[in-house]
Amino acid sequence: MKSHTRGGARSRKVPLLPALLVLVALGVITVDAAMDDSPAEPLRGVVGDVFGPVQSGLSSAARPLNAVGEFFTTVPGLRDENAALRAANAQLKAQLDTAGIDADRLAGLEIMRAVTRDAGLDVVAASVVGVGPAQSFSRTVTIDVGTVDGVTLDMTVLNADGLVGRVVRADRSTASVLLLIDADSVVGGRLGSSMELGFLAGNGDLSDQGRLSLTTIDSSVTAAVGDAVVTWGSRNGAPYLSGVPVGSVESVQSSPRDTSTVAIVAPFVDFSSLDQVFVVVGSAPERAATQAEGGLG
Amino acid sequence: MSVLRAAVAGLLVLLAVNLQIGFFSHLTIDGVVPDVALLVVVGAALVRGPEYGAALGFAAGLALDLAPPADHTAGRWALALVITGYVAGLVRNDADRSAVVSVLTVAASAFTATSVFALSGLALGDPGVTTELVIDVLPIAVLYDVALTPLVLPAVAWVMHRVAPMSHRWAYP
Repeated sequence: MKSHTRGGARSRKVPLLPALLVLVALGVITVDAAMDDSPAEPLRGVVGDVFGPVQSGLSSAARPLNAVGEFFTTVPGLRDENAALRAANAQLKAQLDTAGIDADRLAGLEIMRAVTRDAGLDVVAASVVGVGPAQSFSRTVTIDVGTVDGVTLDMTVLNADGLVGRVVRADRSTASVLLLIDADSVVGGRLGSSMELGFLAGNGDLSDQGRLSLTTIDSSVTAAVGDAVVTWGSRNGAPYLSGVPVGSVESVQSSPRDTSTVAIVAPFVDFSSLDQVFVVVGSAPERAATQAEGGLG
Repeated sequence: MSVLRAAVAGLLVLLAVNLQIGFFSHLTIDGVVPDVALLVVVGAALVRGPEYGAALGFAAGLALDLAPPADHTAGRWALALVITGYVAGLVRNDADRSAVVSVLTVAASAFTATSVFALSGLALGDPGVTTELVIDVLPIAVLYDVALTPLVLPAVAWVMHRVAPMSHRWAYP
């Protein structure tokens, strides 16, 4: 960089503008990384308002392309293999049933049904219209609801399988959701059997290998394989509601060095094929309050 | 005229970034999408040179940094694409530029941009960036970008020639 600026008088090939832009980019990074109330935030809002609708439009145009993958699996050479895999898959599924893991999953769903019914959650349905590229190394998606639909920062996002993530920014007609599986995401979790608390961290892998690691607060607690994990919940239900199913314990790794055990949790939600999700816009206490006032919407 | 040129470049960036995030999210390979924004920057840089490449790279990078659902530190893609756009623009001076050179430039640019972005993440301590993940993502990103080159680069070159001032026009093979 220095040679660029020092060489100002040297030749006509001075990359002054590029050098300046590199400095500006470094400045933006520094400011955004260092400041809590970053000036990039309002800019994100402006860009989000403009780009969000375009993203929604392009995404709905591309939705039929999901069938492209199906087309390739119908190529004759792959058809037999597909049938064989389906048979094997069905067999494995039956085995899973007997292993009781599906039962746990069902239990998780029951919890969720109970949560939404009894707590009377107000949810807004949304579609995933944009996925943060793997090249960006953060697991976020855009959904097609925004502040006009009542979505604001830190709301819980779930789907029929369980917890998806939380809203990290809301623009007018779109919102960004940080997925549970993101390496930056930490969620308080509760073990279904022992009610013990812990923290769930993602590993950043969107594929089937995506796992959460649960570190229990009480290090003497060992999770049992197959144990269901639900959210522990935050104050006022933001960013996370309590009792939302997250996943089931797949294995337990203990490290004698730091005397803590980490349970590996397989999430219920398939993050590689997210489509329909629900944003919880009204938590139980608020809803109860509006009911009391007779203002039920 | 220069306002029109800037508007066209802005539209290209808007379209590229949203294609990348909205459209190609349905066609990912292991979560990797083609870097359409990068292809536009490289395509423009090959036609208009390093300064233009750097400027458009900055704009496209900043758009990637700020557009939903981005949640990383702003400026990281801007930095990566300024450097990439500038370096790709230097290739323009090769008189005997062929399709092969364009493809090689795209491959090198994809490698550079993804690496610079990953390195900035490592420097900032982004927990999402791990060496294993970078090694997984890099080859897919490079190959996917190369695969899309024949579709995107000629279109970008055509647009760039259409809106370029006379002094900047040169023959495109």
